[in-house]
Amino acid sequence: MRTLPATGTSPHEITDDLFVHEPVAAEVAMEVAASAADAPWKAALKRLGKNRGVVPAFVLIMVITVLAFVGPLLTPYTYDGQNVAHSNLPPKISGLGWLGFDGLDSNGVDLYAKRNITEAHWFGTDEFGRDMWTRVWKGTQISLLIALVAALLDLFIGVLYGGISAYYGGKIDNVMQRIIEVLVGIPNLIVIILFILILEPGITSIILAMTITGWVGMARIVRGQILQLKGQEFVLAARSLGVSNSRIMFKHLIPNAMGPIIVTLMFTLPTAIFFEAFLSFIGLGLQAPLASLGVLINDGYKGMRLFPYKLVIPAVMISLIMISFNLLADGLRDALDPKMTK
Amino acid sequence: MNQPILTVDGLHVAFHSQRGEVHAVRGVSFCLQKQETLAIVGESGSGKSVTAKAIMRLLPKQSTSIPAGQITYAGQNVLALPPRELQSLRGAEISMVFQDPMTSLNPTMTIGQQLVEGISKHQRLDKAAAYEKAVNMLQLVGIPNAQERIRAYPHHFSGGMRQRVGIAMALACDPKVLIADEPTTALDVTVQAQILELMKSLQQRTGTGIILITHDLGVVANMAQKVAVMYAGEVVETGPIAEIFYRPKHPYTWGLLRSMPRLDAAGTEPLIPIPGTPPDLARQQQGCPFAPRCAHVMKVCKHFSPPLTEVSSGHTAKCWLLDQRAQQQERLAGVAGG
Amino acid sequence: MRLYFLKRLGVMLTTLFIIATVTFFLMKLLPGTPYSNPDKLSEQQLASLNQKYGLDQPLPVQYARYLGNLVQGDWGVSFQFKGRLVTDIIFERIGPSVLIGFQAMVIGSIIGLGLGILSALRQNSLFDLGAVTMAVLGMSIPSFVFAALLQYYVGVKLGWLPPGLWEDYSYSILPSLALSVTVIAAVARFIRTEMLEVLTQDYILSARAKGISEFGVVWKHVVRNSLIPVVTMLGPMAVSIMTGTLVIEKIFSVPGLGEQFILSIMVNDYSVIMGITLFYSTLFILVVLLVDMIYGILDPRIREKWGEST
Repeated sequence: MRTLPATGTSPHEITDDLFVHEPVAAEVAMEVAASAADAPWKAALKRLGKNRGVVPAFVLIMVITVLAFVGPLLTPYTYDGQNVAHSNLPPKISGLGWLGFDGLDSNGVDLYAKRNITEAHWFGTDEFGRDMWTRVWKGTQISLLIALVAALLDLFIGVLYGGISAYYGGKIDNVMQRIIEVLVGIPNLIVIILFILILEPGITSIILAMTITGWVGMARIVRGQILQLKGQEFVLAARSLGVSNSRIMFKHLIPNAMGPIIVTLMFTLPTAIFFEAFLSFIGLGLQAPLASLGVLINDGYKGMRLFPYKLVIPAVMISLIMISFNLLADGLRDALDPKMTK
Repeated sequence: MNQPILTVDGLHVAFHSQRGEVHAVRGVSFCLQKQETLAIVGESGSGKSVTAKAIMRLLPKQSTSIPAGQITYAGQNVLALPPRELQSLRGAEISMVFQDPMTSLNPTMTIGQQLVEGISKHQRLDKAAAYEKAVNMLQLVGIPNAQERIRAYPHHFSGGMRQRVGIAMALACDPKVLIADEPTTALDVTVQAQILELMKSLQQRTGTGIILITHDLGVVANMAQKVAVMYAGEVVETGPIAEIFYRPKHPYTWGLLRSMPRLDAAGTEPLIPIPGTPPDLARQQQGCPFAPRCAHVMKVCKHFSPPLTEVSSGHTAKCWLLDQRAQQQERLAGVAGG
Repeated sequence: MRLYFLKRLGVMLTTLFIIATVTFFLMKLLPGTPYSNPDKLSEQQLASLNQKYGLDQPLPVQYARYLGNLVQGDWGVSFQFKGRLVTDIIFERIGPSVLIGFQAMVIGSIIGLGLGILSALRQNSLFDLGAVTMAVLGMSIPSFVFAALLQYYVGVKLGWLPPGLWEDYSYSILPSLALSVTVIAAVARFIRTEMLEVLTQDYILSARAKGISEFGVVWKHVVRNSLIPVVTMLGPMAVSIMTGTLVIEKIFSVPGLGEQFILSIMVNDYSVIMGITLFYSTLFILVVLLVDMIYGILDPRIREKWGEST
């Protein structure tokens, strides 16, 4: 809070000598008058910070990402190391017994004591005795990787396609738009499934299959943005100064379309994570012993009735990731582009 | 003088925003007689629109409060009316024309539906009669082909035609008071004049009192009998139109007049803008809100809020320059004002 | 307007043609054969089988024949279920899928609209916070996770409803609920955003200024105008339900189209995969067209754009 600067101390009563002309110094007047205007990105960052969900979501994503890489190193086990003696052990973390990590199976028997196992498997083990902690984090790592690469590919193709279509316009745009029109008419899940079928199952196939349809949304956003920007004065000005096409594209158009592009990218990530899990769940995903969250959920689902922890832990993990990404994307959308709320 | 039909007395309005309380209206008072036009002028953000919405009780309940003040219409305290009575007041007794005719009509309902909606709320008419009344209203505001146009949607109309529809909607139930919130700002200059003429002629026919909110002194000169000049949520000067235009007392009014192009001055005087921008109403203030921008500012202005001084009958202003002590000083210094 | 729909029809047919073509060639690229035990078949048997199904012809001939049959409504016979028509399989399996899909849509729309409208009218209240949180959870948690949890807790542990299979009506409830979660969340979010937007519009103020009751303002102006764009959600909703049926039918052992699709994928039953793919695509394209038409009927501005764009 700032009060008007006064010469000397503030007077307490109205006296005759106060009635003298005393102009306010110009810079003070301006300072009083002008309200602080922030740079656009600063304002966006401020709005982002105000969003209730964004900060926890961001922290959670960071923690999960770090653990996805560090987690598997914290145990002596590997994600594919089998040990029949340790099969189907429930989760046990000393000190967290009250949270259910007590090493008791569904009948209340402490399997660790029964089988004389001294090590604790924090998230339990699967039917081959593989350590679930290691597998869950390894799976998270793979799921995140798939999502990230797929999203970046979408971004690359989408920006290129949408940018070219909008920038050159005319016939080129017309043809490219017809192609998009046809592509959006195809339910993408079906295409993804068909492509997975002909490709060797694996990480690369999943990424490729998702990219085949995924870029269309990005291309449409980019095209819309650039079409809108293209007609604005600053672009016309640049063009009239003889700036080259590629320079106008990369220096003027794309930076200004960045907000919606980032938001779209952020929404692609949870979608990709979902699709990966979905494909793995219906048996079209990664093959054992590789693990992704979808594979783990599928395995866990099969043993759900006897060993609920096998389903619950990866299910909670994927839900946490999806919630965080959705919250972050929502927040970014509200902050970067208040008009894009739909 | 006869009894005013609408009185606003010491009205305060506060907005609760994330940055804290914003005191948008700070003790506004005025009154409106039957068949009179009162113009409220001021820059954007001076609180004139908020005042208008407060009279209609259209301010959002969650984010605004009216900590002090009274609005009296025909002996009723508008601020204390229960919802049902408020609804029978709105549209029937006091109605409003909005600034932007592009957005103030529902895009998915026909003009007719929107007109009939208000008419059948306030008048005991069957559907056919309400419909006929709507057609009559459209004819009255000068919409050609009203019989057919009544089935059209707002986006079929030009801006000027939409504002005519807006006026028809506002006047459909013969209100005693019409609040026009910058009714011509969003329109082309030629259309502006038509709309103002329309309002004037309708007023002569119906005897409606008009509160005209505008930042355009040209409109004021054309329409109003009385003017209230608002600055930073306060009425800084008010009076009959001749007084305000020919004997303004407040430096802000001087500034407004000087920044207005005048035909009679024949382009000899330059237009002088008022330097700076209005104060941030979220901040606590001391002294006269206009002081930082005032060319005649005195020491006292920075610390004490000026009192309301009656200059002549019905003409008041809030400025320390009107204080005897200031006038003495001025005489001593030989500074010419105005 | 007629021209607009002719144009739309053109795009639709092109899309279908491309889908049919792509599916056909993808199936040809597929590793493995459609026969259950190719190793046990003799050279001769294989040849005769190939001849029977037309697989001995050159690819262009197969393709032309396939397209020709497609147009005539002959979608081929299943390899897995000897001699059964693909169209028969689809029609036999579609019932349960339509039932749970439809129920999910109705449940989802009603609850979603209710939650969204109420929370928009009480923006920033505790109720609003709860509804928004639920919507984020519903959007984020994959439907098969919900399905698995519902099956385990409601179906197995509590035993309130059958956890799987398909006998009487009660068997459809859990799958429908699992499927509706995403719909609830999406609809609630959408209508809430839409309502908040409409609430700030000037025409809401001018409706209030006319003296209309608060209920009238909310109902006739706010809700009505916010509901119109919700129609555009039907497309994505149909997709999400279609996607959902694949896994949810698998989880609850519902004998629907989705379950059949996954089954056919597992056994390389080309003709059924192609048939269901085409069926899904046609359905999707029709839904999109239908949505556009409804949207046009509800919003006069859109309707007139059809005229302009031709």
